[in-house]
Amino acid sequence: MSVESLEKIDTKVFERPTTLIDTEMHYCPGCGHGVAHRLIAEVIDELGIVEDTIGVAPVGCSVFAYNYIGVDFSQAAHGRASAVATGIKRVLPEKYVFSYQGDGDLAAIGTGETIHTCNRGENVLIIFINNGIYGMTGGQMAPTTLPSMKSTTSPFGRDTKSMGFPLKITELVAQLPGTYYVTRQSVHKPLNVRRAKKAIQKGFEYQKLNKGTCFIEIVSNCNSGWKMSPVESNKWMDEHMLAYYPLGDIKLPNDTEA
Amino acid sequence: MAKAKGNIIIDIEKCKGCEICMDACPEDVIAMSKEVNNKGYLYAVKIEDSCTGCTNCALVCPDAVITVYREVKKKKEQVAKITNVTGNITVTVDK
Ligand SMILES: Cc1ncc(C[n+]2csc(CCOP(=O)(O)OP(=O)(O)O)c2C)c(N)n1
Ligand code: SF4
Ligand SMILES: [Mg+2]
Repeated sequence: MSVESLEKIDTKVFERPTTLIDTEMHYCPGCGHGVAHRLIAEVIDELGIVEDTIGVAPVGCSVFAYNYIGVDFSQAAHGRASAVATGIKRVLPEKYVFSYQGDGDLAAIGTGETIHTCNRGENVLIIFINNGIYGMTGGQMAPTTLPSMKSTTSPFGRDTKSMGFPLKITELVAQLPGTYYVTRQSVHKPLNVRRAKKAIQKGFEYQKLNKGTCFIEIVSNCNSGWKMSPVESNKWMDEHMLAYYPLGDIKLPNDTEA
Repeated sequence: MAKAKGNIIIDIEKCKGCEICMDACPEDVIAMSKEVNNKGYLYAVKIEDSCTGCTNCALVCPDAVITVYREVKKKKEQVAKITNVTGNITVTVDK
């Protein structure tokens, strides 16, 4: 006699990562910052590096990232996160060091720090949340604001004649020999979330190779700044932001070695 | 092929009612509540039993309030095998 048969078991297939601190986040409903935080926490959990990771928070809506991602953190003056990350990594080279920065932080006031960190090929991971606007201060125009896009400081839309063109800083840093892995992702749809997570995982893993800066842009929404509902803002982002900022890898490790 | 069977549990007090999960669910399992939670937001609720446990809703949730379960059919562990019995025997299975 054999006592074999089929048993139905409920398996947990998705739960909140433990590195994401069990608290409410201050972000607006539907803001992509939350998903990006969770993915970083998931990767840190899965790689088992919670004790070995140090983050640098920016100025911007994600200034409180240290309240949500449960690793050691420093918080930098506006735009200086990659410079602070450089210092931490040089003193503690065995740690995984990442900065988390918005587009106003990384591509406006911090452009110099960003470019020089990448040009020096610092072994840090830069996570860049591009929502095309200064979210925290109420939706002012950023260097990344799209042509004709309205903001509180471009109420008739960004006029490229007087306000210049959106800065594709990710393509720019990919040109620098110091960068090792440069990619652009998004977190507005399930498939994109999966891809963004893989990219973040690579960004952390590559840091052990000491081959240069990893730079991950995540195109995101700012539904409050854009004055849309969260679902509308994701649709608008898909249509407009991704047309200007196409998703995908911009520089892969093989490109550097070739 | 029969669809997989799944389930979601929503932490309604942390939900901010952004509706992105509702938009991402291919099975229309999620709707918004009629009443608000302690924070004053309408929150996501499960209204259908057609969940397949695909995790789409949880993947796009900015506040990580959704836990997803999927029913898997697992072979029951064989706990005893009795062969060639001639007389009376007693079998006890520890569990
Ligand atoms: C030296 C300095 N200049 C200006 C500010 C005001 N300020 C705070 S946040 C911010 C922009 C943030 O935008 P971004 O980096 O895109 O982040 P988001 O809020 O959109 O995520 C500015 C200009 C400041 N805090 N410090
Ligand atoms: S203002 Fe924009 S970037 Fe800031 S939390 Fe709200 S939606 Fe997110
Ligand atoms: Mg911004």
